[in-house]
Amino acid sequence: MSDQLSKVFAALSDPTRRDMVARLSVADATVNELAEPYEVSLQAVSKHLKVLEDSGLVSRTRDAQRRPVHLEDNVFDLMTKWIERYQQLAEQRYQRLDDVLAQMDADEALAGADEATDDSGPGAASANGSDATSPHSTNRRSRKGA
Amino acid sequence: MTTTDTTADYSTLKLDVPEGVQTVTITRDFAATPDKVFRAHIDPELFVRWCGPDSITNTIREWNATTGGNWSYVSTDDRGEYAFFGSFHEVRKNERIVQTFTFEGFPDAVNLEILTLTDLGDGRTRLQSTSVFDSLESRDGMVASGMEHGIVEGYNKLDHLLTTQ
Repeated sequence: MSDQLSKVFAALSDPTRRDMVARLSVADATVNELAEPYEVSLQAVSKHLKVLEDSGLVSRTRDAQRRPVHLEDNVFDLMTKWIERYQQLAEQRYQRLDDVLAQMDADEALAGADEATDDSGPGAASANGSDATSPHSTNRRSRKGA
Repeated sequence: MTTTDTTADYSTLKLDVPEGVQTVTITRDFAATPDKVFRAHIDPELFVRWCGPDSITNTIREWNATTGGNWSYVSTDDRGEYAFFGSFHEVRKNERIVQTFTFEGFPDAVNLEILTLTDLGDGRTRLQSTSVFDSLESRDGMVASGMEHGIVEGYNKLDHLLTTQ
């Protein structure tokens, strides 16, 4: 287990392998089926598969004639969760933080809190304050201005 | 690679992925004072309100946001539970938060996150978060994985982020 994450990431660092994974997320496929869209040799595709297998991302049935390739959802799921915590959704995450910050202003205004350490009133929260109640608002103003 | 999703405003988010260095740095401005941004990171009740999307429920297990303290929470979605834990190496009021980060699904991997807040005046704050990965392969693999559409929901955001560097 010691280096699984690095292996998974190394496996996914190649666009062809990422594409294979994306296709396998829909359904299992044989090596020939997987190789079809790519302009590379079957041997190259097998090499890619070996890397994916070593990382634990895919497995192959030993007993069947076709030996279809199967995506190991659990490993993939772990990877996803790990990445989610990072920049994959950074902007979405920080837009949720925008909303929480705007809501903090509103809460303080409601509570009539004495902001001794903060001389900005609730009105200073920015135009985002108006969408504090809609966390997934898609109509956000540019913060940059001109 | 082009993005079809232009609804979000990326004008202040900058993602820096320096070549050959195992770090990712995110810089983002907020229309709030450093005090508020700081509180949103260390107050667990505020933190769970923004640390994950609506489809995920985050439950704090431990939360001791002081220098030398620890934290852990569990994210639950319709597929299962995912636990994260780490320590608050340093918590410096309104200025700096240094944390370690481990996902229990990959117990041997650990990240160091260094977050700084800069007061921009006018009730605005610049947040800079640098994640140090434990290998260059991990860093590169994560970034590359995030650039592909269709593998994981939400990835369509990342290439857009990368064009804003």
